[in-house]
Amino acid sequence: MTDLERRLSHPGTPSVDPTQVTAELARRADAAGLLDVAWATLDTPLGPIAVFVTPRGLVRVAYDRENFGDVAEEVAEQVSPRVLVAPRRTDPVRAQLDEYFGERRHRFDLPIDWTLVRGFNQGVLRATAEIPFGETASYGDVAAAAGSPRAARAAGNALAGNPIPIVVPCHRVIHADGGLGGYTGGLDNKRFLLRLEGVNPG
Amino acid sequence: MNLPPFQRLVDDHAIELHRFLVGCVGPDAAEDCLQETFMAALRAYPRLRHADNLRAWLYTIAHRKATDTVRVRARRPTTVALDGLTPAAEPSTAPAPLADDGLWSAVRELPAKQRAAVVHRYVLDLDYRQIAERMGTSEDAARQNVSAGLRRLRVEVDR
Repeated sequence: MTDLERRLSHPGTPSVDPTQVTAELARRADAAGLLDVAWATLDTPLGPIAVFVTPRGLVRVAYDRENFGDVAEEVAEQVSPRVLVAPRRTDPVRAQLDEYFGERRHRFDLPIDWTLVRGFNQGVLRATAEIPFGETASYGDVAAAAGSPRAARAAGNALAGNPIPIVVPCHRVIHADGGLGGYTGGLDNKRFLLRLEGVNPG
Repeated sequence: MNLPPFQRLVDDHAIELHRFLVGCVGPDAAEDCLQETFMAALRAYPRLRHADNLRAWLYTIAHRKATDTVRVRARRPTTVALDGLTPAAEPSTAPAPLADDGLWSAVRELPAKQRAAVVHRYVLDLDYRQIAERMGTSEDAARQNVSAGLRRLRVEVDR
């Protein structure tokens, strides 16, 4: 290697920090209307949680066990690939979740983007979103509210696929006999959320 | 094949793209050039048909942005600093080793393809196959661009 080549190999400028690059890019993208999905994480008593927000509203909430990278891929595929880490756009969501876990909020007041749920499943989740803090409903109840009283099992599937847990409170749906049923975030989390709301999960 | 979240492109390529742009346009303009590269990519991203070789696609955009930047700068009248009269208000906040170095000004004055090829080869330490892939040329063309660039630089530096 000649001296010239050696000098060319050492431009000696510090590296950029991708986090800072992202912050500035998110700012520019938002101003230009190109921030289709803003992504951020927050710490909760149930571990880190990721939230994804579109201009229409909250589209996805994920527990750590789902792997945030995989969830971002799912969102890129089904909503828009223009996904950027952009905490500011998710501030209202994160603030309300903080308040909820801090027992200072009983009701989420957030626009929801239902893009990831269709048809009957969306009906089930919209009915679930109406169950008040501290109360529970059965799978049959939410099936009925979605227009199909006999579709309790299908309602269970819809709830298992809830893309917006906690905010769409699928943890408030339990078996008619009082059994806990299932929960994508794990039954321990379901128990935790019910206790937080003053419900004894048995 | 599905397009990954754009965030992954930033995470995977920001540092290296920045190095490439520092070589092409200098440290002061590189960050803005990087932002413009990502903005142009973000704008076009959902219309991409496939996710093959996103890296080469990003470098094509970066190369175009760098070329624009150099072209605009060439059109702008340069202010000549008179010895002793240089404003004292420049106790450079961050040292910019490239800025004063004649070698890097010479790199920036190379024809666009030679400049990109030289930066890929030496700043990013790529081989000719990789350079060809990123610049969308043959390996032979990549080799020729690097050696033509080096020849010019040698003339400039030895002068």
